Amino acid sequence: MASEDVKNSPATVVFDTEAANSLLKELRSTVIAGKTKSYEWRASQLKSLLKMVEDRDKEICDALFSDLSKPEMEAFIHEIAMIKASCKLALKKLKDWMKPEKVKTTLGTFPSSAEIVPEPLGVVLIISAWNYPFLLSVDPVIGAIAAGNAVVLKPSEIAPAMSSLLAKLFGEYLDNSAIKVVEGAVPETSALLEQKWDKIFYTGNGRVGRVIMAAAAKHLTPVVLELGGKSPVLVDSDIDLTVTAKRIVSGKWGCNNGQACVAPDYIITTKNYAPVLIDSIRHQLVKFYGEDALNSLDLSRVVSSNHFARLTKLLDDDRVSGKIIHGGQTDMSSLKIAPTIVLDAPEDSLIMNEEIFGPLLPIITVDKIEDGINFINSRPNPLAAYLFTNKKQLKEEFVSNVSAGGVLINDISLHLMVDTLPFGGVGDSGMGAYHGKFSFDAFSHKKAVLHRSFFGDAPARYPPYTPGKLRLLKALLDGSILGIIRALFGWS
Amino acid sequence: MAEEDHGMRRSLEELRQTFKSGTTRSVDWRKQQLRAILRLIHENEHLLFQLLESELGKHPVESYRDEIGVVKKSVDHALSCIDQWISPKKGRLPLLFFPASGKVLPEPLGLVLIIGSWNFPITLTLDPLIGAISAGNTVVLKPSELAPKCASFLANKLPLYLDPKAIKVIEGGSEVANQLLEYKWDKIFFTGSTKVGKIVMSAAAKHLTPVTLELGGKCPAIFDSLPNADMKVAIKRLVGGKWGPCSGQACIGIDYLLVEQKFASSLIEQLKKIIKRFYGDDVRNLKNLAKIVNKTHFDRLRNLLEDPAVANCIVYGGSFDDTNLIIEPTILLDPPLDAEIMNEEIFGPLLPIITLDNIEESIEFINSKPKPLALYAFTKNEKFKKRILAETSSGSVAFNDTMIQFVCDELPFGGVGQSGFGRYHGKYSFDTFSHEKAVLERSFYFELEPRHPPWNNFKLEFLRLAYNFNYVGLLLHLLGLKRA
Repeated sequence: MASEDVKNSPATVVFDTEAANSLLKELRSTVIAGKTKSYEWRASQLKSLLKMVEDRDKEICDALFSDLSKPEMEAFIHEIAMIKASCKLALKKLKDWMKPEKVKTTLGTFPSSAEIVPEPLGVVLIISAWNYPFLLSVDPVIGAIAAGNAVVLKPSEIAPAMSSLLAKLFGEYLDNSAIKVVEGAVPETSALLEQKWDKIFYTGNGRVGRVIMAAAAKHLTPVVLELGGKSPVLVDSDIDLTVTAKRIVSGKWGCNNGQACVAPDYIITTKNYAPVLIDSIRHQLVKFYGEDALNSLDLSRVVSSNHFARLTKLLDDDRVSGKIIHGGQTDMSSLKIAPTIVLDAPEDSLIMNEEIFGPLLPIITVDKIEDGINFINSRPNPLAAYLFTNKKQLKEEFVSNVSAGGVLINDISLHLMVDTLPFGGVGDSGMGAYHGKFSFDAFSHKKAVLHRSFFGDAPARYPPYTPGKLRLLKALLDGSILGIIRALFGWS
Repeated sequence: MAEEDHGMRRSLEELRQTFKSGTTRSVDWRKQQLRAILRLIHENEHLLFQLLESELGKHPVESYRDEIGVVKKSVDHALSCIDQWISPKKGRLPLLFFPASGKVLPEPLGLVLIIGSWNFPITLTLDPLIGAISAGNTVVLKPSELAPKCASFLANKLPLYLDPKAIKVIEGGSEVANQLLEYKWDKIFFTGSTKVGKIVMSAAAKHLTPVTLELGGKCPAIFDSLPNADMKVAIKRLVGGKWGPCSGQACIGIDYLLVEQKFASSLIEQLKKIIKRFYGDDVRNLKNLAKIVNKTHFDRLRNLLEDPAVANCIVYGGSFDDTNLIIEPTILLDPPLDAEIMNEEIFGPLLPIITLDNIEESIEFINSKPKPLALYAFTKNEKFKKRILAETSSGSVAFNDTMIQFVCDELPFGGVGQSGFGRYHGKYSFDTFSHEKAVLERSFYFELEPRHPPWNNFKLEFLRLAYNFNYVGLLLHLLGLKRA
């Protein structure tokens, strides 16, 4: 079996270019044999996936706790339940999604019938992230399988417990001739990226996203890049303060302690309203996590010492540390950082320019709430943009003028759970989308098919060309029956 | 050089400013631009006929059919559909989210780059442009330098009809293209060769710019046995589909033909008849046939026939007119499969015919090569059609005709695998230049406390029920009546 367990010993089989090559060969022959195409195969794999999640949910939670100290509730809501829902939806809709779509034809091609037939792309590579290591690995796999592809999953090495669990579980529950897990870090990923894939689906950061797209370019492989950015929250004064504060706190610290691509990165509010808002947020923080939030069991820890160092560095800047108005405690031994609020950090500080991806929340104050929109637009497109307000006009202005992957009003992150909405970025936050049917589409080729009969052949199409034919062609392309009649009779 | 670059930088700055100002967002502005394209085409029809004839040797009927008519139809379609395209689409939300509303709102990407090709120099620049404008973007158009007269036409005329602060034409060759590719675009739409496609995508990767690549490949035509009554039409469509569009220099033109051994000679005889009727048989006096775009491609095509093993397979044609860059429609029978002509995209008026024992072998043959942009099959055998659809992959498939799927606005036009990715035509053009933004609006009422920490078993059970959309269970749970 080609799923290599690299962490066992340094002298284990190394996953190099040759290994990647033969892995791909094996998967291609599975695809060519037509195995992954049938509805039966796809449904059986999805059913197995569902069973896998239901049978082994404890091990999944344990791995999440080991990698991220993720509280069981979060593991359940954000990872396990979402995957179950995704599997069930795919199983329910698969027949529908696989059906060709009939489309209209015009007079220009009469008589004819046309349809769009979805077909698998072939062999796809899914590279996942460490923050939701179960969700972000399995959700794209569901889409890839539903669309009839063979899959290689490369889980993030920064969440090693989940990586080896996935390798083990996929090996037990899924068809190993078509679905494989390759574990590893940069060398293994590079070996994979040298190969020719029919699609690459990547979740992670922009720097690596560029590397992946460049590698894909060599083979003309289409990509979906789910990246990140600084997702802003614009908070007006005309709101329900308590509900707003709860949603912001849950959305920021209740989602992997801020380590989420759609986590609120920073808040913008008016100078007047800031004290009121801050008070309410602090109040909810204590209600949710107690006085000693640093040691609350309801919060995930920072994933690694690298990220811990990165985050503490953001606070190191004197101009920033002086603006901490809540939290700021850190514990390197347990990789914990308390929920921290920073008020009006300087615009050129690191914390205001890099994606935070952690439990630090800067609050920026502006004179008028509308200035917040300009502030957001002067920065790269985020993956998500949030607005809290009851004002209709502000909502309309925000929705039409702020370009982001997705926009959510009066709540945080929920749009991820709506499978009828596409989830993806724009500009620096990524390209392509998935969730629900969009996942199926992301891993399919929609083949255009035109059926023509021999009846009714227009001589106007063929040489020798004459002015009469030109007139008829014009009428045909115009779709104008009158024009056609006139041309046929030589009246135009 | 530095001056050119400076000018380019200023142009792009101006376009970005225009986009920021919101001008291109207005539907009225977009419709105005689209109508202007219509006027441009209408008022310059004769000039365009002349240009295309002198540049590529296209007869006005061919020019209308493949270029002017296509653009006109495209604008008409966009004008009639744009209000619908721009409107948000509602996303159905589960009851659990109540009260809430969800929608998908299309928005322009910003500043887009469209790189055109030389074989359909008007269609392959203006058709994507229609999509980009409908979607509300600002645009730089880089027409192909291999069709310089058409490129100049666009550079000179477009500013007279369209808003020059929002749509610009930048002429030039690969140097200019490379300069343009250094900049950050919000989308790049490229029509051209696989080789250049890779260069474009690599450049785009540096800025995380999404791309649509409309490339090419070897489009096969499967020719099954047909009743006599249908043969005549089929042959005409075959000939029209090979030599009609720009003398075979078309991305979806037929590259090679697959037929059963026993029908080959009769097929060839019929092809010869129709070729003579459509185009004549004196290479110095061929009618209704475009010329080869330039000496480089002319020589490239001639070289494909250099190998004696290939030249011996010529059963019709094979004459070259160097002065006028015309190549006679040429048919080859069973050239060696490892010859260049059977491995590179021909993009010219040479038609290899490969014979098979059984027509069903064509599926395996086609699958041994990279996925093409289009696949054609002339057959009335419904089972065979199903096999072709299920067992081969291509950008598009047309049964019993050639090329014509191009004019069907409801069908997406694009490749797969080596023939490219992304698609356009009709609404797909609008979509390809848009970002589909998900928008979810919630109200403050009915806050579900179990969403928030601190966590406990009650909340866990609540969420379990919620994810199953088990509303009855939820209600009972909330009332304290459900056992966990």
